[in-house]
Amino acid sequence: MKLFYHLGRYFTMIAVILKKPEKASIYRRQIIVEMDNLGLESLGIVVIISVFMGAVLTIQTAFNTDHPLLPMYAIGFATRQAIILEFSPTMVSLILAGKVGSRIASEIGTMRVTEQIDALEIMGINAAGYLILPKVVAAMIINPVLVVLSMFVGIMGGYVVSAATGVVPVSHYVYGILFEFSQFDIVYALIKTVVFAFIITSVSGYFGFFTRGGALEVGQSSTKAVVFSSIYIILFNLILTQILLV
Amino acid sequence: MIKAVDLGKSFGNVPVLKDVTISFEKGKTNLIIGQSGSGKTVLMKCLVGLLEPDKGQIFYDDRVFSRMGFRERRVIRQELGMLFQGGALFDSLTVEENVMFPLEMFTQMTKEEKLDRANTCLQRVNLVNANHLYPAEISGGMKKRVAIARAIANNPRYLFCDEPNSGLDPRTAIVIDNLIREITKEFNMTTVINTHDMNSVMEIGDKVAFIYHGELWWQGTRHEILETENKEVNDFVYATELMRTLKK
Ligand SMILES: Nc1ncnc2c1ncn2[C@@H]1O[C@H](COP(=O)(O)OP(=O)(O)OP(=O)(O)O)[C@@H](O)[C@H]1O
Ligand SMILES: [Mg+2]
Repeated sequence: MKLFYHLGRYFTMIAVILKKPEKASIYRRQIIVEMDNLGLESLGIVVIISVFMGAVLTIQTAFNTDHPLLPMYAIGFATRQAIILEFSPTMVSLILAGKVGSRIASEIGTMRVTEQIDALEIMGINAAGYLILPKVVAAMIINPVLVVLSMFVGIMGGYVVSAATGVVPVSHYVYGILFEFSQFDIVYALIKTVVFAFIITSVSGYFGFFTRGGALEVGQSSTKAVVFSSIYIILFNLILTQILLV
Repeated sequence: MIKAVDLGKSFGNVPVLKDVTISFEKGKTNLIIGQSGSGKTVLMKCLVGLLEPDKGQIFYDDRVFSRMGFRERRVIRQELGMLFQGGALFDSLTVEENVMFPLEMFTQMTKEEKLDRANTCLQRVNLVNANHLYPAEISGGMKKRVAIARAIANNPRYLFCDEPNSGLDPRTAIVIDNLIREITKEFNMTTVINTHDMNSVMEIGDKVAFIYHGELWWQGTRHEILETENKEVNDFVYATELMRTLKK
């Protein structure tokens, strides 16, 4: 029963945040600020994780496909496919759910418990829209950029590790990552990323916005935001993969 | 003028407001006094629509606020300034940006005009040289004053102050009280103030309403409150040694 209560309140909130903004210029400015807050500040962690992810994937694929009938370039090919289709969009989104989700929920939750949201409402401002919509839009723009970067850096990580250790000759690795490249794979990954960005920001915004109580509850909201965004990402990952790839 | 008729509000089974009928006059400072926990903040939040009352009606001049939807209320809200008990400044904005915020949202002023207006408001609350500090970097009393500056920035017709001078030193408290009274007269605003400070009552109480356990128990002027025979009011007014000495 609680589930329906939350779902109902969540979709009501979505309808509210999609209302026409009071002043478009302020929303535009907020979107830029949030792109900086949510995107650029996550650049470092995305790069570090992707390099190592690509390197480890290459080594593991190499060790697990040690078969005379399999060509060497299959390692590069498998690494590329895994990174583009799954690791970059889903793993980066899960990491962002932790980093960005907790940030959004605690920021908005604190505003709720210190009456800053009441102060917005009293001015006649659509508080949910003003606080959540710029974050949703910013993440839907900036997360695909992060994910494309992650793909590139991840594949480079594989390249570096093959050059350094020779688990696969570099020329075979390069041949593999260029082998039968399909642009739709990128499109598929970016569609997933955009959906995940919407989930992370709106779910975290939801838990922040409906915080009741004090500092303790802000902490709880922030935990819930991360847990539920991650669960919904994994759920929608399955659904979208089924719809888009089959 | 703001009027509430038969206002009732409960949280769960606990009634907090019981059939409060009260009116607040234009151009006057209307005080709501009462003990801590008597329901002053809840009454004020019902008046501005932050809490939905369970029953009763609210009128802003001739407009029936309690029957309006979000869109209609927005018109009234833009004519309304409110000072929250905790200040409720926006953490991510500087003092100056906080005061300019309502202007940014609802006026077509240029940057200079907004800055000018913000500075005027900050000067009136005796706050200079703090423009570029963040709320976390200023004292509690300063926060309160910034919040007042923000509440009056957009020249509201209706001003609500929840304990405007709690946490201020006596001199600043009087300055703030008088400021509120001045602008009320100057712009012919309808001002509602929650307080439990007898100094404020004596200083600016054009009209005083005493709330007791969620009921409107007594109302009158600041002169009448000293003479009333009402026991609960007397207990409240003469709670301090100072007031008792003055009475004699
Ligand atoms: N959101 C809420 N949920 C449940 N009870 C509440 C809520 N808000 C207020 N109350 C209760 O309503 C009563 C009146 O609270 P209110 O904040 O109006 O007091 P007050 O008169 O403003 O006191 P103070 O002078 O200390 O600010 C209190 O007993 C409080 O516990
Ligand atoms: Mg109060």
